[in-house]
Amino acid sequence: MTWEPVIGVEVHVELSTRSKMFCGCAVDFTSPPNTNVCPVCLGLPGALPVPNRRAIEHLMSIGLALGSEVSSRSVFHRKNYFYADLPKNYQISQYDVPVCRGGHLDITVDGETRRIGIERAHMEEDTGKSTHVGLGGRIHAASATLLDFNRSGVPLVEIVSRPDIHSASDARVFAQELRGLVLELGVSDARLEEGSLRFDANVSIRPAGSTGLGTKVEIKNMNSFRSLERAVDHEVSRQIGVAESGGELVQETRHWDEEAGVTHPMRTKEGSSDYRYFTEPDLVPMTFDDAWISSVAATLPELPAQRRSRYQEVGLDGRQAATLAESPPRIRQVFDEATGLGADPTAAFNWLSGEVVSHLRRAGLESEELHLGGAELFELVTIVEEGLVSATAAKEVLEGVLTGEGGPREVASSRDLIQVSDATRIGEVVDAVLTANPDAVAGYRDRGEEKVVGFLVGQVMRQTQGKADPRVVNELLREKLASQPGGTPATG
Amino acid sequence: MTPDGPTIVEAGRRLREGKTTAVALLESVLDVAQLTEAIVHAYLTIDREGAFASAAFADEELANGRDRGPLHGVPVALKDNMCTRGVETTAASQILGGYLPPYDATVVTRLRQAGAVIVGKTNLDEFAMGSSTENSAYGPTFNPWDVSRVPGGSSGGSAAAVAIGSALGALGSDTGGSIRQPAALTGLVGLKPTYGTVSRYGLIAFASSLDQIGPLTRTVEDAAVLLEAVWGHDPLDATSYDGAYPDPRAEMGRGVDGIRVGVVRELSGEGYEPEVETATANMVDRLAGEGAEVVEVSLPSFEIALSAYYLIAPAEASANLARFDGIRFGLRIPGPTTEALMSATRAEGFGPEVTRRILLGTYGLSAGYYEAFYGQAQKVRAAIRADLARVYTDVDVLVSPTSPTVAFEAGARVADPLAMYLSDICTIPSNLAGDPAVSVPIALDGRGLPIGFQVMAPALGETTLFRVAAEVERLAGFTARPVIDLVAS
Repeated sequence: MTWEPVIGVEVHVELSTRSKMFCGCAVDFTSPPNTNVCPVCLGLPGALPVPNRRAIEHLMSIGLALGSEVSSRSVFHRKNYFYADLPKNYQISQYDVPVCRGGHLDITVDGETRRIGIERAHMEEDTGKSTHVGLGGRIHAASATLLDFNRSGVPLVEIVSRPDIHSASDARVFAQELRGLVLELGVSDARLEEGSLRFDANVSIRPAGSTGLGTKVEIKNMNSFRSLERAVDHEVSRQIGVAESGGELVQETRHWDEEAGVTHPMRTKEGSSDYRYFTEPDLVPMTFDDAWISSVAATLPELPAQRRSRYQEVGLDGRQAATLAESPPRIRQVFDEATGLGADPTAAFNWLSGEVVSHLRRAGLESEELHLGGAELFELVTIVEEGLVSATAAKEVLEGVLTGEGGPREVASSRDLIQVSDATRIGEVVDAVLTANPDAVAGYRDRGEEKVVGFLVGQVMRQTQGKADPRVVNELLREKLASQPGGTPATG
Repeated sequence: MTPDGPTIVEAGRRLREGKTTAVALLESVLDVAQLTEAIVHAYLTIDREGAFASAAFADEELANGRDRGPLHGVPVALKDNMCTRGVETTAASQILGGYLPPYDATVVTRLRQAGAVIVGKTNLDEFAMGSSTENSAYGPTFNPWDVSRVPGGSSGGSAAAVAIGSALGALGSDTGGSIRQPAALTGLVGLKPTYGTVSRYGLIAFASSLDQIGPLTRTVEDAAVLLEAVWGHDPLDATSYDGAYPDPRAEMGRGVDGIRVGVVRELSGEGYEPEVETATANMVDRLAGEGAEVVEVSLPSFEIALSAYYLIAPAEASANLARFDGIRFGLRIPGPTTEALMSATRAEGFGPEVTRRILLGTYGLSAGYYEAFYGQAQKVRAAIRADLARVYTDVDVLVSPTSPTVAFEAGARVADPLAMYLSDICTIPSNLAGDPAVSVPIALDGRGLPIGFQVMAPALGETTLFRVAAEVERLAGFTARPVIDLVAS
C-alpha cells in the first residue's frame, strides 16, 4: 500500500521586542544568566503580568501577513503544568480565543506553488532555560539542573498550520518560508541557533487517496530546519513500519533525539495534555478595533510571496521571481528602479543574479555596499540593446561601473568598448579584409566553403579590436562575398 | 484591660496639635501588643526597627512642615499576604517560612508615601483560605472580645490588632468576606472596595478575580482615610481600574433621606442567629425612620453563590499556588527528582485547608469536569451580576447581616469545612459581582459579642456606600470596646 503523510507544523517564534511579554525586563540573550529578571518573570508571590502592546502588534502583523482574521476580542488563558523552568507552573497562553485565526502561506517547491492553511496564531510567554549538567547532559541521567530565567517571559508567537503538508521536505520549506516572513516583518531575529525559532509537528499517515485522518503523533524538540525534516521523515517511516507490520499506532507525544536520529515516546506525564486551561484572571480581554488593525496593517512591508507575484507580473518566470524575491533588499531595489525606468526585466534580473552577485562575492562585499544604482543598470541594459557595446564588452563596462569608474556610457567610452556598427566604417574594413584574403574569398565563391565566413568575420573583428557589431559584420560580409567578381558560389 | 487608643482621625489631630508624636503613637501600640500578643496573637511579625525608623522620620517631616496627610505618622498593620521588601512575608504558610520579598506591594508603597508607620504583619488563615484565622501555620488568632472565640477570617490578625489597639488601622484582603466577616466579629468597620480600585500588585494571590485589599478600622471615616491612601490606578496591575474614582466622603453626613435600601430576602432565615436578625431588622427600621425607602428584594442567585464561589476560588487558587514548588524561594524538601522535590515540598508546606482547596480547584478544572464545575460556576457568577443589575435599578444599596452568627468558639468549625464555609454566605456575592460592600458594627449580642451590618452598593458606588455606612454608624452609636483579662489566659 502507498501511504500519504499528513503533517501539521507548529512554529514558535520568539519576538524581538525590547522588553518581555508581561514585564519590563530586557529581551537579551547575551546577558549573564538570571540578570534580566524581576518578580514578574520569576513568578514571585504577588507579582502580576502587564501585557506588552508592541508584542501584540507584532502578532497582529504576522496574522495580517498570513491573511488571518484578527479577532475583535481575544483572551489569555493559563496553561497549567509543573516544570522547573516554568516559574509560575502555568504558562500565560491562549486557548479558544486566539488573536489570529485562519490564513495561509504559499510554498513553492520546484516551481510548483502549494497553499498551506494556517489554523491560528497566538501569543504566549516563553519559559526559562534548563541546563542539565552532570552525567552526559542527558535528561534522565542529569545530576543537577541549572535554571536561567532570562528567557522566561519572552514573547512567543505560536503559529499552527493546518494538516495540509504531505512531505517532510514541504514541512521544512513551510518553516523556512515562515522564517522569511517574520524576518521580513522585522518581528523576530529568527535565529535558529539561539532557539528563537522552534518547531513541533503533528504527523499521521493514511492510505494514499483516502481523505480520513490517521492517528496523530506529536513530535517535539526540533530546532533547525534539518532536524524538522529529519524528524518528520523518521516519524513517517516509523508509522508506515508500524502500520505495515500490522501494529497499531497510538496517539502520543514523541521527543526527537537529534543525535540518534529517532523519536522516543515521552514519559506519560511529560506528554499529558490536561493543561486545565482557564481564563487568566490577572488580565482583561484584549479588544482590537478596526483603527488599530489598520494602523498595524499600514506598517506591513511587501512580503516575499507578494513580491514573487509582482515580479512574475512584470515578466520574470517563476524561478527568477522566486530568486529575486529572496534576494537582499538592495538588489531588489536596484531591480525595481531599473525596471521602473524601463529596463527589460529579464535582462536586469540576469545582470543582477549573475555578474553583480559574483562581483560581490569576489570582492567580499555586502549587497548594501553595491556600487550600482538602478539608473546605471537601466543604462547598461539600454546600451547593450542599442548595440553600443557587445554583450562581452558590457561585462567589462559593468566591472568599470562597479569599481567606481563612472556610468556605463562613460566607462564604455573611456575603456574604448563602444561597438562599431556604422556600416560605412565596417564596410571599409570588410573590403580591406576581402582584398587581403583572395584565397578565402575564392574558396567561398568557388567551393561554397561556409567556414570561410567565420574566418573572415574573425579577421574583421581583429582589425576593429572586437568593437565591430558582429551582426553588421556578418551581414556586410555575406553581401559583399555574394557580389564578388566570379558570380555566385557553385551549388553542387 | 480596655484599649483606649485613638482612632486614625483622632491620632492625626493630636499629632498636628503637638499633643503626641508618631514615635509616641507607635510606642503605645507596641505596648498594647506587648501586653496582648501572648493572648490574642494578632501579629506574625512586628517590625520594631522599621516602624521606629518610619515614625522618627514622620516626626521629623511633620516638624519641618512636611505634612503627607491624615495617615502621616499613624501606626497601621498589614495582613501578612502583602509583600514588604526585606520584611518576612509568609501568608501564614510553612511554605513561605522566612521568605523576604525583594519588593513592596503597591499598597505598601502608597502607605509609605502617605507617611504611615507600618507596625508589622498580621496573622491570617493560610493563603487567606478560611473564616476563623485558625488555618494559620503559625497558630490561631483569638478574638479580643472573648479569647475563647475566633476573630473571624481570613484577616483575623488585622481585625484583632485594630480591635485591641495594637494598630490604629489595618489592611486586610477580601476574597469572599475576609475583611467584612472578621470586622463584624470584632466590632470594626471593614470595607471591600470595588474590584480593581485597589492594586493587587504584591498581594499574594488567592483567587485573582475576587481578591481585593481594603481597610479594617474603628470608624467609617478612618476607613475612608485608609482607602484614599491606597486606592487608585496602578499600571502594574492589568485589572486596575483606570477611570474616574468616586469620592467616598462626598455625601458622608447627609443622612439617608430618600436613599432606597433593599433588604435581601435570601440573606436571612435558617442558620442566622436570632439576635443577629433582630439587630439587623432594628437597624433597617431606624434607617427607614431617617427617611430611607426600605424595600425587600429577592436575588435568587444568591442561594447558589456559595457553591459557585467554592468552585471559582479554588480553581484560581490551584494555579496561583502552583508557583510554590521549592525551586526558587521558600521551603524546599529535597528529593531525588525535580518532581519528587516539588511534591515533597508542597505536601509538607501546605496546610490541610489549602491542600483541600488546591485539590478541589484542580479537579474542577480537569478535562471532562470543567463544564460541569468551573464553567457552570462562571454562569452562576454571570447570573448574580444580572440579578444585581436588575435590583440596582430599584434600590441604591442592599443591606444584610455581615455574618449569620457572631464570633464562634475556637475549634467549633475546624472539623466541619462546610459549616466554616457558611460563615461567608452573606459576603460572597459582592466578591463574585466585583461590587463594594462594608460591614459596620451595630450592636452587641447578649454575650457581649459584636454584630455587624453589611451595606452593599454597585461597582464604584463608594460615595453612596460611605454615606449609608456613616449613617448606620451614627444611628448605632457603637462605642463598645473589648475587655481583655490579661491574667486569665
